[in-house]
Amino acid sequence: MSVRWLSGKVAAAALTLLFVIVFNFFLFRVMGDPTDQLARLPRATPEEIQKLRGQYGLDKPMLGQFTDYMGDTARLDFGISQRSRRTVTDEIKDALPWTLLLVGTGTLLATLLGSWMGVKAATRRGKHSDQALLGFNLFTYASPEYWIGIILILVFAVWIPILPSGLQVTPGTEFSNFFSQALDVAKHLILPATAMTLMLIGQYFLIMRSSMVDVLTEDFITVKRATGMRWDRVVNRHAVPNALLPLVTLSAIQFGAVVAGAITIETIFSWPGLGELTYQAINDKDFPVLQGTFLFFSFAVILANLAADCLYFFLDPRVQGR
Amino acid sequence: MSGREAVRVLFSSWRGRFGIAVLVVTVFVAIFGSALAPYDPTASSLDVLQPPSFDHLLGTTESGEDVFSQLLVGTRTSVVVGFAAAVISAVLGSAVGIFSGYFGGWTDRILDSLENWFLVIPTLPLMIVLARLLDPSLGVLVAVIGLTSWAGTGRIVRAQVMTLRERAFVERARALGAGDTYIIRTHVLPNTLPLIFANTVLIIAVAILSEAALSFLGLGDPSRISWGSMLENAFGSGAPSAGAWWYVIPPGLCITILVLAVTLIGFLYEEYINPRLAMDRES
Repeated sequence: MSVRWLSGKVAAAALTLLFVIVFNFFLFRVMGDPTDQLARLPRATPEEIQKLRGQYGLDKPMLGQFTDYMGDTARLDFGISQRSRRTVTDEIKDALPWTLLLVGTGTLLATLLGSWMGVKAATRRGKHSDQALLGFNLFTYASPEYWIGIILILVFAVWIPILPSGLQVTPGTEFSNFFSQALDVAKHLILPATAMTLMLIGQYFLIMRSSMVDVLTEDFITVKRATGMRWDRVVNRHAVPNALLPLVTLSAIQFGAVVAGAITIETIFSWPGLGELTYQAINDKDFPVLQGTFLFFSFAVILANLAADCLYFFLDPRVQGR
Repeated sequence: MSGREAVRVLFSSWRGRFGIAVLVVTVFVAIFGSALAPYDPTASSLDVLQPPSFDHLLGTTESGEDVFSQLLVGTRTSVVVGFAAAVISAVLGSAVGIFSGYFGGWTDRILDSLENWFLVIPTLPLMIVLARLLDPSLGVLVAVIGLTSWAGTGRIVRAQVMTLRERAFVERARALGAGDTYIIRTHVLPNTLPLIFANTVLIIAVAILSEAALSFLGLGDPSRISWGSMLENAFGSGAPSAGAWWYVIPPGLCITILVLAVTLIGFLYEEYINPRLAMDRES
């Protein structure tokens, strides 16, 4: 039963990925004519363009191009960046760790702080502290994350110049050891990670708060209280674990937002991850890179959804019964 | 939920009153913004990056344009894109949701997998790719945002229609010989409308944020000022490191307040439909 459920989910995810890959072909080969990009080459004569079309396989019929594309994609070959002349795969490989560092730190902090604030607000519902937390989180929820990033730069890099306003390391520094380098990176990470945290925290707060409010009105909580158990123990031992479940689903839904945040926040802070790569590709009309990052982001989100489904499966026995 | 009931819900709490006040002011500025603006928003001058003064209420930009005038004129873009994209998304989402929920079977399977697919793939990269492949204009922005954000509505409407389909009054109508079009029009649609409405309000917020993000990334309509493009110019010209808070803070604050207003109204209707969600209900 459970194996069938799981394999169904995996198959659905694989099918979605296949959809994305095929859709990607139509987007970039059918909607956007790649010869537009070739024509942008300086002083390219029609003969040269024709030759290039041959090299790229663009003179083949659509079906031939499609099978070429599928083969390339299967070999993780997404072409060559028009800007850097490096392969798109290499570009993504270099950028990925930086994005993971930023996104990981931001998601971790947002989950912890957001749910902690949610628990606090739910147990003090209607009081001033609840209203203040609600106001703060609704504000961050509604504001553009890159705007928050700009304000962080304004405050902590310009008015009170204690933190770097961009990049991942201080340029031109020779680091004597790994530790001092890590320290320098950490210093550069503070502002972008704060922006990422503030972007995500509102959702976690709102979900955790309403989930806690629900759990706290359930009978078993009243029973626990009636046994004379201390209130904070009732909350931490019995209410919180039961309220955590919706958070798991949320983290999957959030992943799309995380990707969006990576693009805008990395742009603001010149953080050399996938988002910054995407932004440069937008500006340079570097379609192979744009295509590569689009595929990669989609892949990551599909994978995250699958992971959340699996996690949910192990956490909630009710799903397993079905 | 009748129209009168919808208004009562709106004015029954401070969140609704705040939301509607912001909306009224914003729509007013969106319509009359260019007339209200003290300066031509694109007229450059030698007063570059000046802090706020009596001449320039919110200071000037990197090429000496009046920030306040840009803010007023830019309101229209955000409002038009936000509302138009939300309408497209609502129409698409409800059509897909009603068809797949009502007819079931293969229609449902195909539409539902399409919906799933749109729910899963990250929307901002998709919007970026579409906007980059097409030439940036207001219409393209509306279409791109509308076409990528309907799946959530579709999912919710589908669930609602599936339960409606089994209800006694629908079965009675069918037993009396009513056709599908008639049942959808008189029974399914009116009972799904409040849900569609609440969801559309929330999508306006998403659309406003999306327009701002795309414009910020340089994918907006280059002939129009918007709050997002103001942030793009401010950031691109190094206004943050120049400490030009008057240029950087107002556009983002306008986006935040408008999105907050719309979100609060959306939450209010969601809670009305599903009281379990209530944010400040009494125990």
